[in-house]
Amino acid sequence: MGEAIPLVDYLVLGNDPHLEANECVACGARFFDRRNACASCGAINSDGSGFKRVELPATGELTAFTIVSFAAPGIEVPFVAGVVKCGGTSVRANIVNVSPDPEHVATGMQVSLTTFGIGEDSEGTEAIGFGYEPADEELRITDDAIEKAEANS
Amino acid sequence: MSDVAEASSSGGETSQTGAASDQMWIVGIHMTKFGKRPDDDVVDLASEAALGALDDAGMTVKDVGVLAAGNLMYAAHGVGQMLQKQIGQTGIPVYNVVNACATGATALRTAIMSVRSGEADVGLAVGVEKIAGAGLLSGGSRASDSPTWEASGRFGAVASTDGRIGTEIMPGVFAQIGMEYGHRYGGADFELFARISEKNHANSVLNPLAAYSKAMSLEQIMGDVMIAYPNTRPMCSANCDGAAAAVVVNGTTLKKLSLEQQRRAVKVSASVLTTDPWEEACQILPNVNTLTKNAAETAYEAAGVGPQDLDLVELHDCFATAELVHYDNLGLCSEGGAVDFFESGAPFRDGSMPVNVSGGLESKGHPIAATGIANIWEVATHMRGEAGDRQIEGAKVGLAHVIGLGSACGVHILERAA
Repeated sequence: MGEAIPLVDYLVLGNDPHLEANECVACGARFFDRRNACASCGAINSDGSGFKRVELPATGELTAFTIVSFAAPGIEVPFVAGVVKCGGTSVRANIVNVSPDPEHVATGMQVSLTTFGIGEDSEGTEAIGFGYEPADEELRITDDAIEKAEANS
Repeated sequence: MSDVAEASSSGGETSQTGAASDQMWIVGIHMTKFGKRPDDDVVDLASEAALGALDDAGMTVKDVGVLAAGNLMYAAHGVGQMLQKQIGQTGIPVYNVVNACATGATALRTAIMSVRSGEADVGLAVGVEKIAGAGLLSGGSRASDSPTWEASGRFGAVASTDGRIGTEIMPGVFAQIGMEYGHRYGGADFELFARISEKNHANSVLNPLAAYSKAMSLEQIMGDVMIAYPNTRPMCSANCDGAAAAVVVNGTTLKKLSLEQQRRAVKVSASVLTTDPWEEACQILPNVNTLTKNAAETAYEAAGVGPQDLDLVELHDCFATAELVHYDNLGLCSEGGAVDFFESGAPFRDGSMPVNVSGGLESKGHPIAATGIANIWEVATHMRGEAGDRQIEGAKVGLAHVIGLGSACGVHILERAA
């Protein structure tokens, strides 16, 4: 079995997969990308000490979503894209393991982080993506349902 | 040039139209037919708009002292100079500007700033785009496809994140913006957003320059192809070809023009451009609200008018979900009151605050860089009482708003000359 690599560097893999943000030491603003300085307070990050890595909670609230019917090749549609507020920090993510329709997805729903493989490269390394699934297990699509849907597609 | 600078510094000088020397005026403006224009290239469209605006102003290209040209898709090619090579190479300064969907408004504001600074007496702003059939526009963060996973970019992504970590397609981004508003204040659902679209498509029937001048029933809109819930296809702005242009002068120059030109001149009471100040989540889902609120507040203050004084508003309904939030952002309703504002009938063309009587971007079309001047053309045409069947009777004050993701917001307030 090959190694695993996260889809993005702010996804930390291991026994307890989680997201990490870059937090401005001066003002507390949080970002997910590599930083030159802070877009909130202007603090400069020339030697890397201007920001610290902080772990985000694995659960949050869905504050906005859409159900996308058209996407680039390789992306299955429809899928649910949204914004999840995790302990005061907003995260962009897909909402997964849920039926992609407005009867099963609603703003305000509680969701929790999950990870999954998105494919292997030529050396057998698997890239791992992340999404959020309904915290309420009854709203999650079961593995059986997913297999059935895939068989039909 | 020195005359203008001198007159400006003296301040307060007025003509028969009450024009202060440093007051900015639109004296000519033109919008081309929007839609599929297969026989016209980007320079044909820009020429049509520019020459139309000059003709409307009673001027020629030789009167123009500065040109600001807005275009997104050919931004690296210098559309301003391409235009000059067709309509007149007079050696004047050209500013080629690009600012996402606020490009047209930015071009106009650039011409205004140049004239206001005394660089020129007459400024020409052109916005042009040729994107009919362009398909879905997105943020375009694509990672390269190599045989092995390689982290690249500022997120260290090993594959494209669009579709894997949320969506970057515009209908999806703006869908979330509308849904977020609904989450915060309640009352916004699929049907409400579709009714906003129904209003704008109904308005377009009266606009011969719109790409699509066809009313659509709520059933048709909700039953059409779903692009990104809750935005179906007719709830999305139409990618199309088109151009618009405006001629601006200061009060000193206006006084030298004929009385008829002075009568038809439209006062630019405010010309404002903002970007989005940092707030939590603004780099996760673009925050189109705060920069629009800031632009509107600055514009109302500069113009000395309030939302209650507006006779019509053209706002950036790039998607039906966007129109709702901008009722609130532009102060047309109380905070959180956008759904009630719509339900009251206010933004309908026979309501107290008609919004997008042109048909809006959903039916008029959205040739990106042209949009920010086409909105001004719509408002200015009502100020002049020349909007024909769709004229808002007695319109004296109007507002035009555009927003480009990234983000940039342009707000202009226009007033009738007398």
